[in-house]
Amino acid sequence: MSGFDTIIEGVLLGGVYALFALGLSLIFGIMRLVNLAHGDLILLAAYLVLSATTALGLPLAAAALLVVVTMFVLGFVLQRLVLEPVLGDDILPPLLVTFGLSIVIQNGLLLGYGADSRRLQAGAFESSSVTLAPGLSVGLAPLTALVTAIAAVALLQVIFYRTSLGRAFRATADNPAIAQLMGVNERNVYAIAVGLSLAVSVIAAVVFGIRASFDPSIGPARLLYAFEAVIIGGLGSLWGTLAGGIVLGLAQAIGGRINPEWQILAGHLAFLAVLMVRPRGLFPARRT
Amino acid sequence: MSVESIHVPASREQRPADLPVWQVRIGTRLSRAAAVAGIVLVAVLAALPAIASRNLIQDLIFVFTMLTLAQLWNVLAGWGGLVSVGQQAFVGLGAYALFAAIVMAGLDPVAAIPLAGLFAALIAAVLGPLLFRLEGPYFAIGSWVAAEALRLICAQFKSLGGGTGMSISPSELSQMFGLKAVQALLGLRPAAARDVLVYWLALLLAVLVTLGIYAFIRSRHGLALAASRDNAAAARSVGVRTARIRHLLWIAVAFATGMVGAVVYLQKARISPDAAFSVTDWTAYVIFIVVIGGVRTIEGPMVGVLLLWGLVTYLAQYGSLYLVVLGTLAILIMLFMPQGVWGAAARRWQVQLFPTQRWLGRSR
Repeated sequence: MSGFDTIIEGVLLGGVYALFALGLSLIFGIMRLVNLAHGDLILLAAYLVLSATTALGLPLAAAALLVVVTMFVLGFVLQRLVLEPVLGDDILPPLLVTFGLSIVIQNGLLLGYGADSRRLQAGAFESSSVTLAPGLSVGLAPLTALVTAIAAVALLQVIFYRTSLGRAFRATADNPAIAQLMGVNERNVYAIAVGLSLAVSVIAAVVFGIRASFDPSIGPARLLYAFEAVIIGGLGSLWGTLAGGIVLGLAQAIGGRINPEWQILAGHLAFLAVLMVRPRGLFPARRT
Repeated sequence: MSVESIHVPASREQRPADLPVWQVRIGTRLSRAAAVAGIVLVAVLAALPAIASRNLIQDLIFVFTMLTLAQLWNVLAGWGGLVSVGQQAFVGLGAYALFAAIVMAGLDPVAAIPLAGLFAALIAAVLGPLLFRLEGPYFAIGSWVAAEALRLICAQFKSLGGGTGMSISPSELSQMFGLKAVQALLGLRPAAARDVLVYWLALLLAVLVTLGIYAFIRSRHGLALAASRDNAAAARSVGVRTARIRHLLWIAVAFATGMVGAVVYLQKARISPDAAFSVTDWTAYVIFIVVIGGVRTIEGPMVGVLLLWGLVTYLAQYGSLYLVVLGTLAILIMLFMPQGVWGAAARRWQVQLFPTQRWLGRSR
């Protein structure tokens, strides 16, 4: 049964990675921006939720909602003030600015919160488990993570393909100039996209922060997992990203099973293997 | 003083066919003066250990090695468009190859340095085709993933200290090539003499790498590289083999980066996977140097490394705050002075000490 446990564990872990990846995938899809600070922004969200629960004494759900709004506004402002001026044909400036942001956030968190490991407190929810089948029970928190990831992908799909905002997203992604001619405000679309990306990251941060302890230094690793999930799944497909997250989670769970030291390495090697065999990912979008 | 000529069909003006109408110039009078000044500066720096304190020598080793890494990153990312955030991979590989060569194979440290470079180049040659499947910005994170994977693999080698790392004892380095001569020449203890030897190696690397990149950028291959970056399809249509030139550049940069890693860790004599593959030390600082000095200039990294040296000297004691300042400064520079300090100065006063741009003018 232990092999089966590993698979369940990997799939559930994949839900968290997919949540990490959604925000990254979103702004890359719309504005071709790779945000190197993505992992650190997830960590920032986790710390803000932590502060809202401890300092303000809010319940976790209320704290999360508050931080979702905060991070959306932060994303909007970040895009307008910092990212917008450097977006262009040259890929170097946006990469360097987001890399600088990554360093600033990571060390800012270190200054503000110290290097100690923290964890979000979710009461009995953390340790309770549900029995799916006789002899097979899974933790409620990891299961919620996976369900949340599926719900988040479904929600983003609805936003993308069923709303006028989504139409503006897709139009701007395809051709910003023509989208503007049709009355789309490109600046707002981009700012909303970054805001939405950070809002989704808050969900990732909460789900992750309940499951595992975190400290300011682990942001870049979240970025790498998010990125691996996107590439393994295939660019341009949100369901693919979910699948990519699960593949990554499985690879890490299986690697960790063989030797605990190999957990992370197995994930990286799975990523490199996919890149070797299927450079466009496992489930690429049909449209190129 | 490199002058290339473009031959234009002399139909309208009835010029003799062998006399070009247009000339492409790269050199300037100032650049020739700068070359002379550069030679003098290098000579002074080479002679410096005779009078300098050991602290200054160690500081300058930092300056030279960071300058070399910055020049290498600048050619890769600035001119080549290969924005790598994973160059720490090759610093780490070079360092680990050096330690393996000394501890396991009993090689002379100085002889092991080029071998360390070759090892880094070999791994780069294997990784390159994989990572090049990732477009532009995705290549950046892909290279970071590769570096992380290599860090974790190096941590698996128990004979090289595993995850906690290892030290080389001074006695193992006491027979190092050239050490006795330096001791005798300057009358130093072995530890100080080792610093001087590393100082010369670092200076030599910095000079060779800078000159090599300068010559490369001014050559037609440099032009081909810039064309591949700006518009790969157009470059291919005029016969530039874009994939090959990028791959070769990637390998060559890894080779030199590996040697820098070996030189740095020869001085430290202590290695650990986290330090040798540190993204902050070997990539964030390097990017900061290039950004603040000026991307796509030879002078930019030189200005940038001196600024970093100043900041390290006065601010490093503040730890995290110092990195917050560094990151903020880099973002502000990108926003308000995207050409960097040197780039802005060069444009304002029209000075170029190491000109890499080409001017098209009528020949006299």
